[in-house]
Amino acid sequence: MSLSAFAALLERLVFTPGRNAKLALLRQWFAEQPDPERGIGLAALTEELRLSAARPAMIRELVMTCTDPELWRLSYDYVGDMAETVALIWQPRAGVNAPPPALSDVVAALEAAPKAEIPALIAGWLDTLDAGGRLALIKLVTGGLRVGVSARLARVALAEWSGRPVEEIEEVWHGVSLPYAPLFRWLDGTGPRPDPREAPVFRPLMLAHPLEAADLAALRAEEWRAEWKWDGIRVQLVAGPGGRRLFSRGGEDISAAFPEILAAMDFHAVLDGELLVIRDGEVAPFADLQQRLNRKTVTAKMQRDHPAAVRLYDLLFDAEEDLRPLPFDARRARLESWHARAAPARMDLSALVPFDSLDALARLREGARAAAIEGLMLKRADAPYVSGRVKGLWWKWKREPLTVDAVLMYAQRGHGRRSSFYSDYTFGVWREDGELVPIGKAYSGYTDEELAWLDRWIRNNTVNRFGPVREVERGLVLEVAFDAVQRSSRHKSGVALRFPRIARIRRDKPAEEADRLATVEAMIASALAEGERPG
Amino acid sequence: MRPVTAPHPETWLKVTPAGLFCEPGGFFIDPTRAVDRAVISHGHSDHARPGHAHVLATAETLAIMSARMGEGRAGVSQQALRFGETLDVNGVRLWLRPAGHVLGSAQVCLEWRGARVVVSGDYKRRPDPTAAGFEPEPCDVFVTEATFALPVFRHPPPEAEIARLLRSVALFPERTHVVGCYSLGKCQRLAAMLRQAGWEAPIHLHGAHVALCRTYEALGIPLGPLRTATVAKKEDLKGAIVLAPPSAIADRWARRLAEPVVCNASGWMRVRQRAKQGGVELPLVISDHADWDELLATAEEVQAPEVWVTHGREDALIHALGQRGIRGRALHLVGRGEEDEGEAPGEAAA
Repeated sequence: MSLSAFAALLERLVFTPGRNAKLALLRQWFAEQPDPERGIGLAALTEELRLSAARPAMIRELVMTCTDPELWRLSYDYVGDMAETVALIWQPRAGVNAPPPALSDVVAALEAAPKAEIPALIAGWLDTLDAGGRLALIKLVTGGLRVGVSARLARVALAEWSGRPVEEIEEVWHGVSLPYAPLFRWLDGTGPRPDPREAPVFRPLMLAHPLEAADLAALRAEEWRAEWKWDGIRVQLVAGPGGRRLFSRGGEDISAAFPEILAAMDFHAVLDGELLVIRDGEVAPFADLQQRLNRKTVTAKMQRDHPAAVRLYDLLFDAEEDLRPLPFDARRARLESWHARAAPARMDLSALVPFDSLDALARLREGARAAAIEGLMLKRADAPYVSGRVKGLWWKWKREPLTVDAVLMYAQRGHGRRSSFYSDYTFGVWREDGELVPIGKAYSGYTDEELAWLDRWIRNNTVNRFGPVREVERGLVLEVAFDAVQRSSRHKSGVALRFPRIARIRRDKPAEEADRLATVEAMIASALAEGERPG
Repeated sequence: MRPVTAPHPETWLKVTPAGLFCEPGGFFIDPTRAVDRAVISHGHSDHARPGHAHVLATAETLAIMSARMGEGRAGVSQQALRFGETLDVNGVRLWLRPAGHVLGSAQVCLEWRGARVVVSGDYKRRPDPTAAGFEPEPCDVFVTEATFALPVFRHPPPEAEIARLLRSVALFPERTHVVGCYSLGKCQRLAAMLRQAGWEAPIHLHGAHVALCRTYEALGIPLGPLRTATVAKKEDLKGAIVLAPPSAIADRWARRLAEPVVCNASGWMRVRQRAKQGGVELPLVISDHADWDELLATAEEVQAPEVWVTHGREDALIHALGQRGIRGRALHLVGRGEEDEGEAPGEAAA
């Protein structure tokens, strides 16, 4: 199979908004492609494989040797993207009759070639490909596919295609490497399950269900343990003789972005915890942590200004010993003694919140207003650590959201199933000078009926259009719910909402009676005054 | 080829506010407002306007105009001219040659006092089962469009694009594939190409596409079984192909479809950013216009020392023609490119 097949897959993935459709495309790729093509393609999509054989400037030089500068200028102006302009404008030399290369040919040749030969190599391949293939090649060799396929999505596709549970695939995932031949043999049913041995692999996390009133009524206080639900990101720390890794909740390896955590992982264990930015013992708002996320590398200044730490929830492995079958109470005892013994830097324990009755716990939850706390976690005292979302073992009991009455300002069409609906809403509140300033954007929380109503209202009250965006009459008030509010220099209003969603449409309320910016700012002030550690 | 004594065509074929006017013949070509005498290259609304007194065109174009505008609005009197027939209009020799753009589309060829001009209208060079293929006519001045006149526009083989569509239908059998396409030409070409590719199931049509498909069939172009999508049940549209105007594919109309895969068939789909703007999930690069290579090849083939560019991206085309020793001139005709692919989707779509 050639690079052209990979290009066709890329092309479809780039334009496909729906998760299910992406999964179908990936399943087809695994089913139809031979080894090692399917594995290399998989690694390229998830950016496990990142070539940096060529810089964009080198590709541009290649094309300029055979393109009229004026036509290049007009074309680049029109297309707007360098790689795409090159792919489209490239004129294969006459008489080139070679078949397009396979993905594996490209990878192998680039590894073997001396630097000076790489431009000629790339030019030769470009001559054998069509426009789609050329774009795929350029993106591949310059190291930036960016097609929106996470490793997690790829593993789900592998699971669906092979019929194996995704948890099993996740456990071996980080123990296999490009082009994943043993993994595919196992999934094909022609080989044994790959044994990760000492490799630092990810174990799928145990997840919680949201607690509803009916569930709460059925609980007996003495069977449950409570912890604060910290507003960071769930992580798994894996360290041992085989290496050290920091994994996100979905199993992405985020080690490179948090070198200070890696440095502190001088132990042999697997831990579950919350990654936070903590300054002088105080958990910073989520926005601070966000500065550190999605980075391939991190500067010393970043580490100084936004120091990362982990608040530990659970101990999964103590050296080789698998603690997951033990009840929560036993694991907790092991976690506490392990922590006292190992005393790792940048890691503290998530304290248990003592309570006598569920009523008392409910009051604690209501009282918690610190921005870094999302609510409470309830864990069954006798529950083992099981991956996935098993009902009845762990509950997340988020505190009641904050709300604000805001005015709808702009609406944008959604994607996929919602592509014909104006489903993304930008809303604002009034500043003292009478100007309406946007404070956030929401695209959930409404029912199908409410969505249809909003869509109609927007179409009938449009005052301006900017491409896919409509500006609307300032006449509709939306009650917006959110978990927290933080200061933000990136927004004109100076505030940023956490998890905003539409709680209600306030058809009864005139726009001029919507909330003022000062009201929202006061919510920040009260959260700060509350202090960091309630309970 | 033009005798040195022949008057230069710019002295008798003039750009006026109503469009190109042949002075000695006393007629306009594709005028943008109602005139006494009009020669019409093809039925798209930016070339064929209602309300002219006398209209000359191919029989197919006249039928299409009548179907779209209603009897009487498509010329008080209509005169059909067959390919290969020649007329004398006040000393101007006039004949039509196929342009390959849509059914009935013609190049308007004029000769006066030894100088020959070919007004090509919109044209393409790829085979199309619904339109007679383009025939080059040597001339002194070739009047061309420039819709896709940038070297980034090289249309892939249309059969390969149809194959991509059918492959997607096979991959997503529970979903409706709705293909945005213009109601005159592209819609019928897609239907005919799907038939060529072996798609035998009924093709569903948006209401706006029904009338012209019937006109095509009446003119002898078979399109196979057609259904109206508007009255179909969602269940029946699973795995179906629906042809609809580009403005409808991602809007309210499309909600009646089963989890639609939104496709769009247009030369603009070549550029990703353009395709993404319209919310398209499967862009199909199928165009009824000449691409960059074809524009240049055609200009050379007709051997005209001078090429006039009516509308589109004339800068690039005139620059490239200059490098080939051909004098280019931008006519800046107004009101062109308002139907079919003349405008990029982001700008045209509501």
